[in-house]
Amino acid sequence: MYELCDVSRSFDGTAVVERVDLAIEAGKTTVLIGPSGCGKSTLLRLMLGLIAPGSGTVKFEGAQVTPLSAPALRRRMGYVIQGGGLFPHLTARENVALLARHLGWERERIDARIESLARLAQIAPDVWERYPIRISGGQQQRIALLRALMLDPDVLLLDEPLGALDPIVRADLQEELKEVFDTLRKSVVLVTHDMSEAAFFADTIVLMKRGRIVQSGTFRELDESPEDPFVTRFIRAQRSFAAG
Amino acid sequence: MRKRTAALLAVVLVAALVPLSSPVDAPRVGSKKFTESVILGELVAAAASGAGVEVLHARELGGTRILFQALLSGEIDVYPEYTGTIAKEILAGEGIEGEGELRSRLLEDGVIVSRPFGFNNGYAIGMLEERAQKLGIRTVSDLASHPDLVFGFSNEFMDREDGWPALQRVYGLAQRDVSGMDHDLAYRQLASGSIDAMEVYTTDAGIRYHGIRTLEDDRGHFPLYQALLLYRADLAEREPQMVAAMLALEERISEEEMMALNAAAQLERIPEREVAASFIARELGVEVELETQTRWDRLCKHTLEHLELVRRSFLLAVLCGLPLGILAAKKRRAGQLILAVVGVIQTIPALALLVVLIEPAAALGLTGVGTGSAAAICALFLYSLLPIVRNTCEGLRGIPPELRESAEALGLPPAARLRLVELPLASRTILAGLKTAAILNVGFATLGALIGAGGYGQPILTGIRLDDYALILEGALPSAALALLVQALFELCDRIVIPAGLRLSSQG
Ligand SMILES: Nc1ncnc2c1ncn2[C@@H]1O[C@H](COP(=O)(O)OP(=O)(O)OP(=O)(O)O)[C@@H](O)[C@H]1O
Ligand SMILES: [Mg+2]
Repeated sequence: MYELCDVSRSFDGTAVVERVDLAIEAGKTTVLIGPSGCGKSTLLRLMLGLIAPGSGTVKFEGAQVTPLSAPALRRRMGYVIQGGGLFPHLTARENVALLARHLGWERERIDARIESLARLAQIAPDVWERYPIRISGGQQQRIALLRALMLDPDVLLLDEPLGALDPIVRADLQEELKEVFDTLRKSVVLVTHDMSEAAFFADTIVLMKRGRIVQSGTFRELDESPEDPFVTRFIRAQRSFAAG
Repeated sequence: MRKRTAALLAVVLVAALVPLSSPVDAPRVGSKKFTESVILGELVAAAASGAGVEVLHARELGGTRILFQALLSGEIDVYPEYTGTIAKEILAGEGIEGEGELRSRLLEDGVIVSRPFGFNNGYAIGMLEERAQKLGIRTVSDLASHPDLVFGFSNEFMDREDGWPALQRVYGLAQRDVSGMDHDLAYRQLASGSIDAMEVYTTDAGIRYHGIRTLEDDRGHFPLYQALLLYRADLAEREPQMVAAMLALEERISEEEMMALNAAAQLERIPEREVAASFIARELGVEVELETQTRWDRLCKHTLEHLELVRRSFLLAVLCGLPLGILAAKKRRAGQLILAVVGVIQTIPALALLVVLIEPAAALGLTGVGTGSAAAICALFLYSLLPIVRNTCEGLRGIPPELRESAEALGLPPAARLRLVELPLASRTILAGLKTAAILNVGFATLGALIGAGGYGQPILTGIRLDDYALILEGALPSAALALLVQALFELCDRIVIPAGLRLSSQG
């Protein structure tokens, strides 16, 4: 699905992503994890072609992602930005339908697509006509997810979809998301900094530290055969936090 | 959606450019913004009308420069001028001596000089009789021994070759407290005692009214200011009857008569048109029909003129300001340049901008001075740009990056992002800019009267000149009301244009 080859990117002279090699398999869920500021969101933006790498190449299904090719390729990727990024001037329905409408879909087709999407997530019918400011955080995340799914993309890129939610909503949505992934059998790249969440979703976990990939593999591999003391420290810190 | 935008654009463009009133093709008389000039202008108009030629009188067009320029460019065909002004100001530095030389010099520019009306309206220095008596001041030389006196002169007098700087030199005057002000305001300052002396014209009605002593020009500094007409050489061919009729006024008005006419207009508040008509009837035996204008007629006329100025300048400003604002937000370099230029325009004084614009407007075949003045519309347009450009730019730059990124990541092309996401998100700021621009525009439009563009500024100008508060209010009140109305309209607009989702968030 994705192939990143020796990708680096720096901002104002500081390297934010450094010499990353990463292959993301189709139909699997890959989780990017690491401490705050380690470059997870930046890596995601590189995959979307929202920013260009300083060096190295990003390929999406064999095609190189460049500023020129990115706009077309992006229609085949569904992205949910950290925080959801719903447009406050549009209702939930308008948010989800925005791109389809721009592409000239007919009304019936849009309504049908939204109806089938709505079945995936628990969304109260009256939410559709509300503006984001009047929609709860959990519901906003669901709407943002559905907006990303609207054009039936090949891959879903989710940046901390459960980040700002309270624990109960979070647990519910976690289950729901997993169900969606399982039903759709899509490739998913998900960013989080919570190890239990990563373990819950991931086929492959990619642990990052200061712009570099420290280790990637299943949770088991990371837990049982860490390639770096940082891996153990990261897992332990999260466990003791969860226990305490 | 795209079709709708295009249609809306077309409608606005048409609304901005189509003039509601068609320009009237008639000879035009101009006059400066003081009562005597207006009366002389009316005299010419009345004489022409008595001879069966209807003319337009563009009254109170400001100062010499505006009038003479307008005459040269054909914006007006004739206006009253003074010999001293021609020699010292219009032809300043050319060393023209005597009437003959002056005549042939102006003919080179296609301007004919009539014979004088018969009175001199020169400069004199005036003080309140009482104060002058107390200080024992009779001549200008006497001023030299009172260096603490406060002087207030018109801005024109401050700058003129024969004005304050020369007077100061000739008489060795040491007064330091000398300020430039509007001539009509200077009278009030003099009456209230905030200034001790000002320059007056020897036929000013104010001399009698305020009890002013004119100081003797004992060193013969001030040149003669014989009133006469300057008219375009081609007018004699186009309108021979009109020229004959107006030239019948040559050598017909004495100094006393002129002061009486000024007093009738200024002190008795008889409209200049009537003052002129009765003079023409008395002296030339020509009856001129007067259409009487009620206050209501005037209000309607001024409202239409004002709305015309605001409508055309503001809509043009919107059409140019929005794209400029968008460009400024998108391109950093261009943005800095655009904002700087638009900002600098804002600092140009209104009158200077108006004067500078008259000539290019005339060169383009547009109306420079008078109703529907393209120069006034252009000046208002320029003044309206800043709030529109700046707010559009700031509104767009202020959009949270995550929303901009979401729109980009969705796969919307740049034009669609702008239309569907960025402009709606910035709509509140943009509308606030439009509102500011419109309200400022309504206020600034009163300045259009300085070059005869009409509108609410006209009664304000006349009111200041005649010291008539009712007349000032006749312009100031409707102008304020219009500004409030515009504000209310924009508040209504907010509800229509700003997306509901954004209005909710501001209510919390
Ligand atoms: N456009 C940018 N310009 C300058 N610096 C940037 C930019 N984007 C990111 N950075 C910097 O790069 C570093 C990594 O940012 P990034 O958002 O990728 O981290 P992250 O792993 O997603 O962190 P978090 O878990 O807090 O979201 C940060 O220090 C950030 O300040
Ligand atoms: Mg991040």
